[in-house]
Amino acid sequence: MSDSAQHAETGATALEVEDLRVSIDGTEILHGVSFSLAAGERLGIIGGSGSGKTITALAIAGLLPRGAVVTGSVRANGRELLGLPDRELASIRGDRIGMVFQEPKTALSPFRRLGAQMTEALAIHYRLGRAERRAAALRLAAQVGLKDPERMVRAYPHEVSGGQRQRAAIAAAISASPGLLLADEPTTALDVTVQRGILELFTEITDSESCSLVCITHDIAVVNQVAERVVVFEAGRIVEQGAVREILERPQHRVTQALIAAAGSEAA
Amino acid sequence: MKTLRRVVRRPVGAFAIAVLALVALVSIVSLFWLPQNPNYASGNVWLPPSADHWLGTDGSGRDIASRLIAGSRVSFGVALGTGALASVIGFLLALLGGLGKRPVREVVAVGIDVLVAFPTTLLAIMLTAVFGSGIPIVIAALGIAFGVSMGRVMRAEFRQVQGADFVVAAQVAGLSRTRILFRHLIPSVLPVYIVQVTWTMGTAVLAEASLSYLGFGAPKDVPSWGGMLASTQRFVSIYPETVLWPGLAITITVLAFFLFGDQLRDALDTRDPVDETAEVPR
Repeated sequence: MSDSAQHAETGATALEVEDLRVSIDGTEILHGVSFSLAAGERLGIIGGSGSGKTITALAIAGLLPRGAVVTGSVRANGRELLGLPDRELASIRGDRIGMVFQEPKTALSPFRRLGAQMTEALAIHYRLGRAERRAAALRLAAQVGLKDPERMVRAYPHEVSGGQRQRAAIAAAISASPGLLLADEPTTALDVTVQRGILELFTEITDSESCSLVCITHDIAVVNQVAERVVVFEAGRIVEQGAVREILERPQHRVTQALIAAAGSEAA
Repeated sequence: MKTLRRVVRRPVGAFAIAVLALVALVSIVSLFWLPQNPNYASGNVWLPPSADHWLGTDGSGRDIASRLIAGSRVSFGVALGTGALASVIGFLLALLGGLGKRPVREVVAVGIDVLVAFPTTLLAIMLTAVFGSGIPIVIAALGIAFGVSMGRVMRAEFRQVQGADFVVAAQVAGLSRTRILFRHLIPSVLPVYIVQVTWTMGTAVLAEASLSYLGFGAPKDVPSWGGMLASTQRFVSIYPETVLWPGLAITITVLAFFLFGDQLRDALDTRDPVDETAEVPR
């Protein structure tokens, strides 16, 4: 296991969220959230439904619905993202931030081949030709552990399994080597054995690509497996954060305790 | 093309395509050749089928077979014209109402609801009253009416696809709005769109027949299936076969359009035939 201390030594901050508040239709649903992430670090965000974890991810990616009012600060590699116009945000997304979703069924367009979708961000940020793009697709397919890349890049999403789709979606997210990968419940829709493979892939990618990971989940086992540090959300606030091992061994807040207890009873 | 082959391979699909091809062929042939002048009233009324008059003559002594053949081009032309006009109108409405800015979306949504509530037949009758009867008027009326309902369906489709994860992912990947529209949104709604167009064409055949029957469709000197029904229906108890032919032509053509649409939908739908979440070891 790579240790967080090593990453911390490299110093650079990949993501810094400060006093992030989000209101939708006049109701504040995120009440001042602050956390930061070192380059190459893997952070787990955990909390129940409606605790604000997904809203946080959307706010970081600049994907909140138009009616949302966001205040505070989100800095990626020292650059403020909040309040950036769409066009500038578009050049940052994909290039700097990749995103992986919960449901592999809807994460890919059903009408386009996996290869084309995996290299989309890459192709627009680097203007690749057809042959270069194909080579990139094959390389990415191999990188995310898709067996038989030749077949995979030509397949449509419905022709492959859920796990393979999720791998393709991850390939798409990392194609332009972003510094930050946002994964929103990336394994919730997959069965346990497939889940393990995907989480190992995240670890591999963050280790080899000097990419940081924010993994949002409600499952403490996922945090335990993939993250070095964890942030616990409840009702739009962070109630506890720290190193995963410490939090798992000595949870302070009742929400954390409840989440751990829930995982325990599931395993039993 | 692959999709069409998939449609032909099924018996129902093959039947639908065969009927539509036949109607298309007959209407093209009718432009250059007809067995008799369809409007010539020979005076020999209610003749039984013979070598001269394949299906006999009607109450004015006009050749039924020729009128049937000539009528096909009205039905088919209206189907094509309405399909084309309705798809353009429907697409534009869906685009504005589904993907426009919020005020535009809401205005379009209300506008669509108002227009959908307006009866198609009434619209056609009003247009005819203003501009006189004619095939272009029929196409305009049906195209507008059906275009609006298509817009309603397609708008919902656009809204749905726009919220899909892969569209959000494309946004995150930094794709521009235009690129997302052409790469992701349009391809995703296309299957539904195509099926809507075929259904619209079938309904247009039916609607044209009703309008012509009512006297607001094809002008009196243009033979049409609906007009044939109108001119023979009073004698249905004496000469049932003269009503049968145009009725049969309408029914089979409309059915073929609908079946074609159904088959096309099945063939186009690549979305998840089976649910499988496990990673298959190879």
